[in-house]
Amino acid sequence: MSLAELQDRIRDAAARGAPLRLRGGGSKDFYGNEPRGELLDTRGYAGIVSYEPTELVVTARCGTSLTQLENVLRENGQCLPFEPPHFGPEATLGGCVAAGLSGPRRASAGALRDFVLGVKLVDGQGRAMAFGGQVMKNVAGYDVSRLAAGSLGTLGLIAEASLKVLPLAACELSLELECSEAEALESMNAWAGQPLPISGTAWHAGRLCVRLSGAEPAVRAAAEKIGGTRIQAQQLWHDVREHRHAFFGGSAPLWRLAVPSVCPPLGAPGGTLIEWSGALRWLRVQDAREIAAQAGGHATRFRSHEKREDVFTALDPVAMALHRRLKAAFDPAGILNPGRMYAEV
Amino acid sequence: MGEALSLERQAQVAHALRAFLPARAVLWEEEDTRPYECDGLTAYRQLPMVVALPETDEQVRRILETCSAMQVPVVPRGAGTGLSGGALPPGDGVLLSMAKFMRVLRVDARARTAVVQPGVRNAAISEAAAPFGLYYAPDPSSQIACTIGGNVAENSGGVHCLKYGLTVHNVLRLRGFTAAGEPVELGSHAPDAPGYDLLALAIGSEGMLVVVTEVTVKLLPKPQCAKVVMASFDDVEKAGQAVADVIAAGIIPAGLEMMDRPATHAVEQFVGAGYDLDAAAILLCESDGTPEEVEHEIARVREVLARAGATRMSVSRDEAERLRFWSGRKSAFPAVGRISPDYYCMDGTIPRKRLGEVLRFIGAMEKKYGLRCPNVFHAGDGNLHPLILFDANDAEELHRTELFAGEVLEKCVEVGGTITGEHGVGVEKINQMCVQFRPDELELFLAVKRAFDPAMLLNPGKAVPTLARCAEFGRMHVRGGRLPHPELPRF
Repeated sequence: MSLAELQDRIRDAAARGAPLRLRGGGSKDFYGNEPRGELLDTRGYAGIVSYEPTELVVTARCGTSLTQLENVLRENGQCLPFEPPHFGPEATLGGCVAAGLSGPRRASAGALRDFVLGVKLVDGQGRAMAFGGQVMKNVAGYDVSRLAAGSLGTLGLIAEASLKVLPLAACELSLELECSEAEALESMNAWAGQPLPISGTAWHAGRLCVRLSGAEPAVRAAAEKIGGTRIQAQQLWHDVREHRHAFFGGSAPLWRLAVPSVCPPLGAPGGTLIEWSGALRWLRVQDAREIAAQAGGHATRFRSHEKREDVFTALDPVAMALHRRLKAAFDPAGILNPGRMYAEV
Repeated sequence: MGEALSLERQAQVAHALRAFLPARAVLWEEEDTRPYECDGLTAYRQLPMVVALPETDEQVRRILETCSAMQVPVVPRGAGTGLSGGALPPGDGVLLSMAKFMRVLRVDARARTAVVQPGVRNAAISEAAAPFGLYYAPDPSSQIACTIGGNVAENSGGVHCLKYGLTVHNVLRLRGFTAAGEPVELGSHAPDAPGYDLLALAIGSEGMLVVVTEVTVKLLPKPQCAKVVMASFDDVEKAGQAVADVIAAGIIPAGLEMMDRPATHAVEQFVGAGYDLDAAAILLCESDGTPEEVEHEIARVREVLARAGATRMSVSRDEAERLRFWSGRKSAFPAVGRISPDYYCMDGTIPRKRLGEVLRFIGAMEKKYGLRCPNVFHAGDGNLHPLILFDANDAEELHRTELFAGEVLEKCVEVGGTITGEHGVGVEKINQMCVQFRPDELELFLAVKRAFDPAMLLNPGKAVPTLARCAEFGRMHVRGGRLPHPELPRF
């Protein structure tokens, strides 16, 4: 598949006013509001365009398998620092950037959008455009690349993305501590204020797991300071990231709450799994919107069996007006993944 | 507009603002507005019609509402240290100085955040956070003077951004107003705010999308210790290769800077940083973390640099020496200002592997235009600051400088880089935007601008050129016999 073919599909759909459902491997079909429109499968537009480890940048097409991309990076001693969840072996780079989700390392390394250096975007009129680039610092023009990241394909098809990559940590180990939710929140926030190489935290049902990554002397010193028991936890971090952990099983709705990390225990029934030093709280309740609002954060109905509408927290009228006008600028015919993020865009 | 008409307009606008601002907060007499005629890019000057100095959010809102109703352009300004003319005032509009918004509203040590007003100086945030062992990471060279509001507008970096990121990586939330005076809150104290990432869009938008009245920044724990290796090289390209070797070894230094011989000579006279004046280039490579971590990393860095052909190396023995090594780099601009009546600072970023080629090109341009050009370089992230030395009183020399700079920026684009890494486009590099971006892309930028500011009143004429301007610029710059953008109509 060529870029021109993707552009043609979009131009044609725009001319007919026919909604398009942009989709890579479909690993995140469950996420966001109900997808609709004719399927535009991006997997045919795949491959790494350029990768030079010493430049710390990789550029790849949207259909590139996320697993394959990560394997190539690993062979060169590097990684995607935001540790993206795949949610299935078929995950693609395009879907990863469009969904904008980050994994356990987010609290220390940064979010997906922090590592987006540039994109090639096909807008709703089928125009292929390049924003940002392949260099670390670039302030020419508005930051459309980061705007596209996490926009769920509603502003354009991310045909190609350039991401900053980083070296794999020389040393990594995990610790387990027994503690209550309140104690865990206290500890995680206190540690985050100290120069410790913490690269992941997860608390659930009285168990706090802490991952340390970095230079060997730093990791060793931090492990002594934090205490607890050393555990083999590669599988655990994978299961937390990919929602294979037992907490994520069952059919109750799964809510993702982003809150200020210092927010006290939310006290919701059904238990919680906490990540990101307290800033990310997963809940199994019917509706978590009010809880999130009370906590000064926002809630996403991440997975549920109900009709998928209003999955994301509503925006205030000024913000929504900006969203509508941006959508009109990028996709005047309103054909790209309409409604997937908000009914209005 | 005729002089009488413009005076009448000035009186109308000043009168409208005086309805809710005290007398001291509305300036229009030339002696009062003169200090606002330019920012750090002094080659461009323009007296603002009116200067407004609000102190509260409500005053900012009303200024924007009033200007919007009267169709008056508004240009926000922080400390005026910007280097691309982003705060160049409109001759027919209001210069909105945020200088009075200078309070640190709160430092929350437990949450590692600070909520500050936009007029707070960059360095003052770290000062306020220091008692808690925390600091604000981005450290542009102008950090003792520049404000966080200006940093947000320009997405400022600094010498530590390879490891700690730019402004966009260190700001959590902005509050402010659109051009029409509608309140906006972008980002959140919780991660990953819902909807489009308008926070990222606003950061680096050069004051063209929103006026910011409150900034929440992320604070980081201060590293326990830091040391810097200073290494000499007898060849600039060898130094460039050494940078790639450090990265290839899996090391992300806290800072990685390069200066060529003309730059070290200028600096040494100015601050006496102890630089090796025989070296063709020096590298400063900083490591931070726990004492054990720093020892370990410094040893590895020394090994890599030695293999890369460093002719001399020294490691800072204490904090005073570390700061002395950095003092030269941080004062490179004023130091160069002492050896030349004027200097013109460029800001292109390139893929590091093209460094040798670009430095050779700059050398050729020095000969072509008969102007000297020392180089300082954020080597870790590929951001070049060549400094062309000239005399602004010599109009012909200024003209040659502009042509020199234009060629270098276009070279940066040609090798896959960008015309500006951290100083912004402003008025200075607006023509080169036509080289870096195609008409569709520029049109989309303008559409983004209109989404926030349909009347195009906020900092108009900066950062994003109109297609008409590009057509005009294209006519002047025929490269290799081909006009850029042959698809555009010519005027």
